[in-house]
Amino acid sequence: MAERSEEVKLLGMWASPFSRRVEIALTLKGVPYEFSEQDITNKSPLLLQSNPVHKMIPVLLHNGKPISESLVILEYIDDTWQNNPILPQDPYDRATARFWARFVDEQVYVTAMKVVGKVGEEKDAAVEATRDLLKLLEKELVGKDFLGGESLGFVDIVATLVAFWLMRTEEVVGVKVVPVEMFPEIHRWVKNLLDVDVIKKCIPPEDEHLDYIRARMESLKLKSV
Amino acid sequence: MANEVILLDFWPSMFGMRTRIALREKGIEFEYRDEDLWNKSPLLLETNPVHKKIPVLIHNGKPVCESTIQVQYIDEVWSDKNRILPSDPYQRAQARFWVDFIDKKMYDAQRKVWGTKGEEQETGKKEFIELLKTLESELGENTYFGGDDFGYVDIGLIGFYSWFHAYEKYGNLNIESECPKLIAWAKTCMQRESVAKSLPDSEKVIEFVTEIRKKFMLE
Repeated sequence: MAERSEEVKLLGMWASPFSRRVEIALTLKGVPYEFSEQDITNKSPLLLQSNPVHKMIPVLLHNGKPISESLVILEYIDDTWQNNPILPQDPYDRATARFWARFVDEQVYVTAMKVVGKVGEEKDAAVEATRDLLKLLEKELVGKDFLGGESLGFVDIVATLVAFWLMRTEEVVGVKVVPVEMFPEIHRWVKNLLDVDVIKKCIPPEDEHLDYIRARMESLKLKSV
Repeated sequence: MANEVILLDFWPSMFGMRTRIALREKGIEFEYRDEDLWNKSPLLLETNPVHKKIPVLIHNGKPVCESTIQVQYIDEVWSDKNRILPSDPYQRAQARFWVDFIDKKMYDAQRKVWGTKGEEQETGKKEFIELLKTLESELGENTYFGGDDFGYVDIGLIGFYSWFHAYEKYGNLNIESECPKLIAWAKTCMQRESVAKSLPDSEKVIEFVTEIRKKFMLE
């Protein structure tokens, strides 16, 4: 007997890695949801009301109740819809997965943003620093198809930030931050990701994404002039 | 199987305090080892090679890093008593959200309060009080952040309380007048054995901050 239908709504942004990772999780679990594209330069009342503390996307609304912060949202999704689990069962493995997810968001992302945002020597230093961090992910991938092991898991979903944002920025930024000679495992992992239907479905279309990144960079350059 | 639990920590760390509290809430016996952060032990460097930071929880030889990850790990392994995270997924998400908020904002703001001067300090003080007020408003009329039960958010925040007198001294603040409900909450938490045993004496923290300030020539 069907119950009142679950209402799942995602306030997100098509080019945001944090928004897309939530879409990956929902799609992986077969959870139907309504996507609401947000204009972050002109925030909607719904967004401001649903995430008054940070006023940022993504926000997941489940039967009207808001959940904010992408890692918190991912864990909520995993706790609520138990099919196709994202996090491992074993507490130690869960702790490890949480560690690497935070590493990607707090270390890799923050450092990689400097590659985009800086010029000259500072940019070179940022590239170096990003590579040092990525070497740790490279090590984690040895002998594994995915960061989660045999199949896509929590860390892979979070690290799509590296595969489809950091690595796509290379074209626009003009620096091969993640060259295949230095990072063969990461490149192999990206190919594995692209073989997964859910990933193919949920990442931003490449051409539009590159155009968007280019436009963002131009506007950043204009701002610093 | 015997449980061997070692905690590599640093006594004034509000992050280490979280893990101490969680272990004590569950009645887990553990070996506490205080690290000299200016001369880190080989064990610390080996068990947390990525960040080289405390706290590190070593359970039967396997290391778990990051205080919030440790608290969740402890809750999941010793799940039979004194639940730390709520059982309801939505409540759990809210608890995680607020601990994430504390992690993202509190450390930097409080550091400005005791560790900077002039305009930077004034900005830091304003930010810090605003954060406390946000948290106080989230607490509302509840005894604990979790409602009736002491839980994850309480554990996430209470360690900072041991630094409050240092903030007041060096930041020239009166936290109780700004956030009386939060102070009341803190005092309630301090009545729990797990908390009282895990937080250092305020006076000792003030001494520690005084020394650090000297080191960074803030005197």
